[in-house]
This record gives sequence, structure tokens and C-alpha cells, in this order.
Amino acid sequence: MRIAVCMKQVPGVSEGSMDPETGVLIRTGLEAVTNLYDRSALEAALQVREQQGGEIHVFTMGPAKAEEVLREAYAMGADEGYLISDRAFGGADVLATSYTLMQAIRSVGAFDLILCGRQTTDGDTAQTGSALAAWLGWRQLNWVTGFWVKESQIQADCRMDGRTATVTIPLPCVAMVERDGFLPRMPSLKLRMQARKKPVNMISLADLADPDPKHYGLKGSATRVKKIFAPKGTEKKELVYQSGAEGAVYILGLLREPGQEAGT
Amino acid sequence: MNQGKKSGWSGILVYLQCLGGLLHPSGPELIGEARRLAAQSGEPVWALGIGSHMDRVQEALQGYPVDHAFLYETDEVFEPCRYASLVSACIRQQSPSVVLVGGTLEGRALAPRLSVEFRTGLTADCTELDMEAGGNLIQTRPAFGGNVMASILTEHSRPQFATVRPGVMEPAIKRGGLSVSCRIERVPKEAKAVEIQVKDWEKPPVSIADSSFLVAAGRGVKKKEDLTMLYRLAEVLGGELACSRALVEKGWMPPERQIGISGNSVRPECLLTLGISGTVQFMAGMRQAKRIIAVNSDPRARIFEAAHHPICADLYEIVPELIRRVEKGSQ
Repeated sequence: MRIAVCMKQVPGVSEGSMDPETGVLIRTGLEAVTNLYDRSALEAALQVREQQGGEIHVFTMGPAKAEEVLREAYAMGADEGYLISDRAFGGADVLATSYTLMQAIRSVGAFDLILCGRQTTDGDTAQTGSALAAWLGWRQLNWVTGFWVKESQIQADCRMDGRTATVTIPLPCVAMVERDGFLPRMPSLKLRMQARKKPVNMISLADLADPDPKHYGLKGSATRVKKIFAPKGTEKKELVYQSGAEGAVYILGLLREPGQEAGT
Repeated sequence: MNQGKKSGWSGILVYLQCLGGLLHPSGPELIGEARRLAAQSGEPVWALGIGSHMDRVQEALQGYPVDHAFLYETDEVFEPCRYASLVSACIRQQSPSVVLVGGTLEGRALAPRLSVEFRTGLTADCTELDMEAGGNLIQTRPAFGGNVMASILTEHSRPQFATVRPGVMEPAIKRGGLSVSCRIERVPKEAKAVEIQVKDWEKPPVSIADSSFLVAAGRGVKKKEDLTMLYRLAEVLGGELACSRALVEKGWMPPERQIGISGNSVRPECLLTLGISGTVQFMAGMRQAKRIIAVNSDPRARIFEAAHHPICADLYEIVPELIRRVEKGSQ
């Protein structure tokens, strides 16, 4: 069983907060972290390997700093890590990113299963895994809360709108997993030590079967960000400073007079 | 990797999510938005649905401002590969300039396959759409973790794919006497490579989307155990507890209770937020709330710009008092 896992480095929470996994304080804005949902994808891969053996190859696309994702993946137990990095890959949208991932994964060899997290916390689109499956011409499983691999088939519990479904499809396929089905393990100290020294494999444009730079990055993207702007705020209302019992009384007053629209 | 060329593409195609002859609410919302966009360009609006009991869907569509509906009758439930091949065939035949898909679990599994098939752009979870004079769709959505808005174009390829979350756009209004031309096509069964067993939810999960009063908790909540007090507050006030993305990412609240463009769009009569700073992606999901009371300890919290009643206070001082007073009052 050869499993590929796609992971991404994303900006840490912008308002300053605790890392939900480790409880470590994240300073405002600057930190880069491994996408929360991708750790669940790796966890899912580790569970498959524990049950029936196999190899786990982790792929991440980004600048040199994204190597940190691979160190974390090694510390959780991944066998091989690949940093897909090239100036030509920058500025990629979903179409170009998924194409790059497909090319990179193929350059390493054949896989039975590719695992992705449900979405990233920066782009929030939840599209890249499905697009990757389309490039490969493989079937896909979305919103997966649990799965079992049996010989050349995979059976998965998937969320659907208003329903759940148990879906059985042939391998290979791309599966996008939900966090609540695969809570990621903490890295062991021993693996963490080893992870520091473990070599990282590099994949650049020249390593790909299609080395045409026009198919990657900004040039290979179909969408362009035309404009970025702050959302329009509504008119400023008077901020009320009332806490404790006073605040509670004030709020209850508001709730009891639903017709009265303050601020209008 | 030749991207879809631009010339010869015209019209707006709406994907109707269907289940057992019923239309998902995203369908009429997308029809309403497509009609508004088409008014600027004069293009036709088409709809496409796949599933069983398409005669019922045909009936349900009557009165909606759609020029033609392509309905595919099949017993096969949604499977991304299969449904994408049916939609792709229709797109090839009609060459629409824009394809709108609901941002449901189904739509978001389907749309990426379509955009790769046509080597073109897909923009997820648009909160606003507009048409440029040249036929480019201006797709606006929260970006970069949800603190700014971005307007995105698919300038050089067609179709332009966009998903829109349910509840974001105004549904089209049915007009009596307006008959919609439909063609129901029976599709042949695919060789059985896939097996799907569907289970309806035994107990439907809480739908915060339909709730008229919501209490929403955010990053200001310090421990998971504190949610007990917030659930209690929602209960005594006769509403449901919702949350911002932060609490879902911590694993403290289930995603079906999340407000925001990456969660659910809500439209309650009243929304009481506690310890929510108000990212753009959160506020995009609550902008249809009629009345917003916001409690946050940071006087600069962005939520105060959107709230009708901004209150600077610590939720830990307010909530126990609120519960106590409501409980006392009801005795």
C-alpha cells in the first residue's frame, strides 16, 4: 500500500490565539503552521499503515520554509517527505496547484491512495483535493469520517447534505478526510528527534514530466485576483461599556423590546 | 493543458441539487442570482438537475425565471465522477459562459472536477457576483483567512465556475403562469464500479440556519467546559448555540453550528455574539441577521462595526448574570 498525503503550510491565526492542538500561544499574524486538517489526513494514513503496512509519502508545495511541514510529518511518522518548490510554482490558483501536485506525485511513482484534509484554513475553498482527483482521472471521496481499505477497494463513510453514505469504490482514489474522524496524534519525542536529521526530498519544475513553466503558478492559473478590499462596515454605533449585572440587565432590556432597533 | 477558449460561450447554467424529486433551496437562490446577472448581459438562464423523480422537479420549477431546464433521470445518487460527466456533457452542448453551483457538500465535491475538465477557473463560496461589460464574472469572496474581500476574475477561459453557499443569495420568486420548458432525459445506468448506501440522519442535526434566535460563541471562550454555560444561556433564551470557526477548529463545537462563509449562513431575528471578534468570513455568514447584539472585551473588535448593539464587556461576567436573571424571571 503506497499512500500519498498532501499537506500545506498556512498562516497561523491572525488575531493571536492558542494553537488548538498544542496549546502554544500563536503570536499575531507572522507564524506559519501546518494546516490543521492536513494533520488529520496524515493521521488517517498512519492508521492504514498500522493496520496493513505500507509507505507514507508526504507532499507539500510552498517556499523553502514549508519544509517545517515535512519535519512535523516525519515527527508524526511519515516515511518520506517532498518539498515541491520552484519559482515557477508561485501564485497558483486551484487549477494550477492541483496540476502541480498531480505532476509531483506522479514523478515519485505509483500510489494506491492519496489523502488530503477537507480544506485549508487560509484559502478555505475545499477544492484542491477534488481537482487533483480530476487531473489524475481517479475517483474521489469527499467529507470522509472513516474508511477501510480491503484489497483493491476502499469503503468510506462520507457526509452528504442531510445524509451520510457508505461508499465503496475501487482504488486508486483521492480521499478528503474530516477532522473529527481522524484526530491527529502527538508526535513522539523519539520521532521528533529523528525528524530533525531526516533528509527532505526536493521536487522542482525540472523534475516533472511536464516542464513547461506556462502550466504552473500564476501563468497556469485560470483565475486572477482583481482587487482586494476591506469589507464595508456599517455606520459606527456608540459602544456601550456595561459589564456584570448591569450588562445583563441592559441585554435583557434589548431582548425584551424586539421592535426597537437601536442604531437606526 | 490547454485552457478553455473564450469565444462562443454564452448563457448562465445553474446546477440544481435534487434529491428524490425535491429541489435543494440553493437551486432557486442560484436561479435568482443568475437572472439578475443575465439582466445585465441579456444572456439566457438554463438549469440542470440530475436524480430520480425528475417529473416532480419539472413541476417544482414551473414559475421560476428559467429559459430551459435539462433534467437527467437516474436512480444513481450523487457520486462526483458520474455526476460530473453528465454535467460536462451538458456544458459541452450548451457552452455557457457562467456555471453556478451551490456551495453544499455535494456542489463543492462536484465543481472542482468540472473546472479541471474544462481547464478553467472556479471560485469558491462567492458572497457577491457581478457581470463586467465584457462578460467577465466578478466573483467576490472573503480571502486570506477571511479578513479581507477579494474580487476574482476568470479572464481568459470559459466557462466561469463559481460556488455560492446556501442562504447567501435571494431566491428567485415564482410567477404564476410562467411555464418553464424542460427536457427529461433518462440516462443509462453506469457499469457498477461504485456502491453507495445512503442513510438518512436518524435525528436531523440542529439547523442554526432556520433558528430565529441565536447565541454565538467565539474565541473568547477559554475552555471547552465553559460551553455548558453557553448552551444553558441559549436554552433559557429559547434559541440555539452557534459559534465562530475558532471553536470548530479547536474541536469544541460541531461544524453544523458554525456561522460564517466557511460554515453556515444564518438569518435570525436576533443574534447575540459572545467573545467573537468578527472576521470577514464570519460576518459574511451573519449579514442577514435582523438584529445583532455583540459582546466582546476588546473595544476595537471588528464585530462592533456590524452590530446594532455593541457592548464592551467580558462574557464571563455577563453570561452567568444573564442566566440567573432569566431563570429567576421565569419562576
